[in-house]
Amino acid sequence: MSDPIISIQGLTKTYASGFQALKAIDLDIREGEIFALLGPNGAGKTTLISIICGIVTPSGGSVTVGGYDILRDYRKTRSMIGLVPQELSTDTFETPLATCHYSRGLFGKPPNPAHIERTLKQLSLWDKRDGMIMMLSGGMKRRLLIAKALSHEPRVLFLDEPTAGVDVELRKDMWEIVRQLKADGVTIILTTHYIEEAEAMADRVGVISHGELILVEEKAALMQKMGKKRMLLDLAEPLAVIPDRFAGMGLELSADGTQLIYTYDTQAERTGITSLLSDLRDAGIRFRDLTTKQSSLEEIFVSLVQDGAAR
Amino acid sequence: MNLHGISAIYRYEMARTRRTLLQSVVSPVVSTSLYFVVFGSAIGSRIQEIGGVEYGAFIVPGLLMLTMMTQSLSNASFAIYFPKFIGTIFEMLSAPVSFFEIVIGYVGAATTKALILGAIILLTAWCFVPLRIEYPAVMVLFLVLTAITFSLFGFLIGIWADNFEKLQVIPLLVVTPMVFLGGSFYSIDMLPEFWQTVTLFNPVLYLISGFRWSFYGIADVNVWISLGAITLFLGLCLAGTWWIFKTGYKIKK
Repeated sequence: MSDPIISIQGLTKTYASGFQALKAIDLDIREGEIFALLGPNGAGKTTLISIICGIVTPSGGSVTVGGYDILRDYRKTRSMIGLVPQELSTDTFETPLATCHYSRGLFGKPPNPAHIERTLKQLSLWDKRDGMIMMLSGGMKRRLLIAKALSHEPRVLFLDEPTAGVDVELRKDMWEIVRQLKADGVTIILTTHYIEEAEAMADRVGVISHGELILVEEKAALMQKMGKKRMLLDLAEPLAVIPDRFAGMGLELSADGTQLIYTYDTQAERTGITSLLSDLRDAGIRFRDLTTKQSSLEEIFVSLVQDGAAR
Repeated sequence: MNLHGISAIYRYEMARTRRTLLQSVVSPVVSTSLYFVVFGSAIGSRIQEIGGVEYGAFIVPGLLMLTMMTQSLSNASFAIYFPKFIGTIFEMLSAPVSFFEIVIGYVGAATTKALILGAIILLTAWCFVPLRIEYPAVMVLFLVLTAITFSLFGFLIGIWADNFEKLQVIPLLVVTPMVFLGGSFYSIDMLPEFWQTVTLFNPVLYLISGFRWSFYGIADVNVWISLGAITLFLGLCLAGTWWIFKTGYKIKK
């Protein structure tokens, strides 16, 4: 595998108030991937990306971008990065065109009107280029922030909650924009608390909770976990224990003994449902009802976060 | 050195001035001109000369200083406070610009604006009062040093302020009274002895006195002391800036 575009090692952050926002984060981001950082509010997502972008000072550990240290070689690393913040912070009285030129200059690049024009067109803002930013809708402002972040041609783009408070249609538009950027070769790191968003776009998913990275996995592998299904059998008469003949079949009994739970893999060649049901009949175990439930990424996420909190 | 970055900040700030021409240029020029009209032409003729200088002309350096100081302060403080207030500061903090480049961009623009204002006001004064400048080079030196120093000071206030009230409190309640009581409208010789001594503790006195010396060759304190005072004040502001750079005070968490 080629060198990671971002390498984070032992990164910690404790704010002046004593609050520990990050606890020794290790993470590599591969060039060209879309990485989704999932986590509840206050988990440390924004702190993590703010450190990489230079807005927050780390307390310990190191981060390199494109092989350069974010503190020692901040000019090199920051010129490789574009950041789209969570808040719609825009210069109300400026025009989209002027603000994009400003961003490009701020990031140390000589003027390139053709690139700015291309970017504004790609984000469907070219028609609005000379109007005041305050006249733009929320969705347009969000796209403008992306245009600004892209105006200096970064290799890495951070999107902090890109679809927070955005309606469904606009969210789909945003996903399309992100896919286009990936096709252009930009590495994208997005934070979100919408599982759906990670599912729709990411190549890999990281889950952060209470300042700890509790999971980093290929989305495909997570999907496989998601592929697990549970069958719930409501028993006609409660059982005290699971009969020995069912040992090793992955069968569980609910605490009150009224429900049998069977977990199986929907992707597997054989789910084992048919034989289980006939074996139950043979053993004289009768049931009144049967339901199946698929564990969603959301559930996996919630259980991971709860485990993290319990630790 | 990120020259494109400095230039982007500078041009952005100058564009803001052009956008708000009425407020940033016309208004201070008009209000200062009113002083010339009232004190220079109307009342001035009834007040006796000070050190051989007509009263209307005597107050020009002080008024020029007043406008330069308050405008440099408000321009630079607002320039850095506003991005903090609306949240666009994140972009500057994530950009490959050093703190000193940010300072050069903002303070450079605020200084330029103050000097443009100074030039316009000086020209306006010429229309109303008999003006002479004995040491033009010294006058320009004072003008430039004052504009830079107070722009820097304003920048520091803008960083420190976390609401609009704080942004206003130093310019309105500290600097303006100091300028009025620092001999803008009178020579300290005209005060009782006790108040003369008190006034010597007002740093603005030294700036106005030196500046007036460059016009008419008369001063309340030696011009070298005045130059030393403005240099000291500039040094203090630079030290404050350097400290913010080191600690990230109110900028970085």
